[in-house]
Amino acid sequence: MTSLMGNQSRGETIGYSFSEPTSANVKQHSFYPYTDNGGSTLGITGSDFAILAGDTRSTSGYNINSRMVPKVFRIGGDDETGEGAQVLLSVVGFAADGNALKEKLDTMVKMYKYKHGKPMSVSACAQRLSTILYEKRFFPYYVHAILAGLDEEGVGALYSYDPVGSYEREQCRAAGAASSLIMPFLDNQVNFKNQYIPGSGAGHALEAVKAEPLPKDTVKQLVRDAFTSAVERHIEVGDGLQMMIITKEGIEEVFIPLKQD
Amino acid sequence: MPGFDFSNYNRNAALHARGVPLPKATSTGTTIVGCVYDKGVVIAADTRATSGPIVADKNCEKLHYIAPKIWCAGAGTAADTEFTTALISSNVELHSLSTGRDPRVITCMTMLKQHLFRYQGHIGAYLVVAGVDPTGTGLYTVHAHGSTDKLPYVTMGSGSLAAMSVFESTWKPDLDRQGAIDICAEAIKAGIFNDLGSGSNVDVCVIEKDQPTQLLRNYMKPNERPQKERNYRFARGTTAWLDQRVISKEDMKKYVTIETLSGNDDLATGDSMEVDT
Repeated sequence: MTSLMGNQSRGETIGYSFSEPTSANVKQHSFYPYTDNGGSTLGITGSDFAILAGDTRSTSGYNINSRMVPKVFRIGGDDETGEGAQVLLSVVGFAADGNALKEKLDTMVKMYKYKHGKPMSVSACAQRLSTILYEKRFFPYYVHAILAGLDEEGVGALYSYDPVGSYEREQCRAAGAASSLIMPFLDNQVNFKNQYIPGSGAGHALEAVKAEPLPKDTVKQLVRDAFTSAVERHIEVGDGLQMMIITKEGIEEVFIPLKQD
Repeated sequence: MPGFDFSNYNRNAALHARGVPLPKATSTGTTIVGCVYDKGVVIAADTRATSGPIVADKNCEKLHYIAPKIWCAGAGTAADTEFTTALISSNVELHSLSTGRDPRVITCMTMLKQHLFRYQGHIGAYLVVAGVDPTGTGLYTVHAHGSTDKLPYVTMGSGSLAAMSVFESTWKPDLDRQGAIDICAEAIKAGIFNDLGSGSNVDVCVIEKDQPTQLLRNYMKPNERPQKERNYRFARGTTAWLDQRVISKEDMKKYVTIETLSGNDDLATGDSMEVDT
């Protein structure tokens, strides 16, 4: 067994006879192509709308790159303003990959329209995004994406993705740095988890509060409260809140200031 | 036995060697500053404590008492700044009692650096020591490894670069009391807004010769939380429960002695806690 002092003086970790042997004096150089730009996103659907929101701060380490980098985008619009788009995409994680992914999906949706003479449905767009992500299974886009729009019946649709393309349609989803702070709040306030009807029984016989689609104004309030709360407790979230609301009338975009500390 | 208890050292080193991660300490990823002026010295700090990317405390106190006219601002591991300043405060008091003189800032700084050097940086305390004593005004920085600096204006912590940019662009010699407070508060604000490890409020401490020391707790509050949009009070009976048991005071008396305090609330309450409404 090597002595503690002897090992440390050679600039290695403390060695024990029962620890894994480390290859001696081999210096490994590496290039890590990813960075985490922090931030958080959130999507909630209703009976005739879908909301996608994200903060506008971009960070690296303890530094702020910018206080105004939007994370929610219009997909498949007619021009650079995004006019005429019927799908929304939010990306959080590595901003460079997020932008690349947005550009790629936007191009795909436009190509579809030019070829087929009709806009791509949200469900088709959702499947296409999954394929785009899985194409890079062994060098992934380091992002958590959320796609939103209205389905064939005009009902709010929301799809959430992992970095390699596994996806699912959901009522609501929080992603990014503060997702672990926001998601439990959404479970409780959107799907009414852990809430029971007072006086409906005792113990296991209690009747749970049933989840039903919430009105648009309530959802807007929940989104704002989710973000002002996340800003209080997560250092990478702040500066501004970008909200996009898609209805059959079109897409409404709002910016609301958040705390800057 | 005085000092630290090392009895778990070998066990923990062995666990660490096999891949068990070290426990995460609360770090005060911080902005702290100090600045001298004609009659005294000002130190200031932000009030955010973090654990990784999570804000552990939104309004903690980073200005520590050493002696009536010597105070310390601490950055680094929260527990280390707290215990190190408390230990030195205690020893400075005993020293001043034994010598019959007012304690000096340089004495305090020397005790801190010798203590920290002995522990080779394992005590993660990064301090700004300031005060007035019979020899005049003192302002020092002390690093965890034991090195020190003596300067007219200093900054430390993760927000030290942001704060120093304020000093380097606006500091001038012969500041007065308010001028020193203003520049320190401005430097802390630069840290609060530009460094993610710093945030919330500005605390200031002013130490002046022949004047009582002033701790200006929450001197500035530039980050108050906006009002919530909705009310999250639940209707009574919303939470499920399987069993309830009521224990009366009479039953409790079988096991413990109960003394009832007078109805006066002031006698029965400790420090009230800040809570979001």
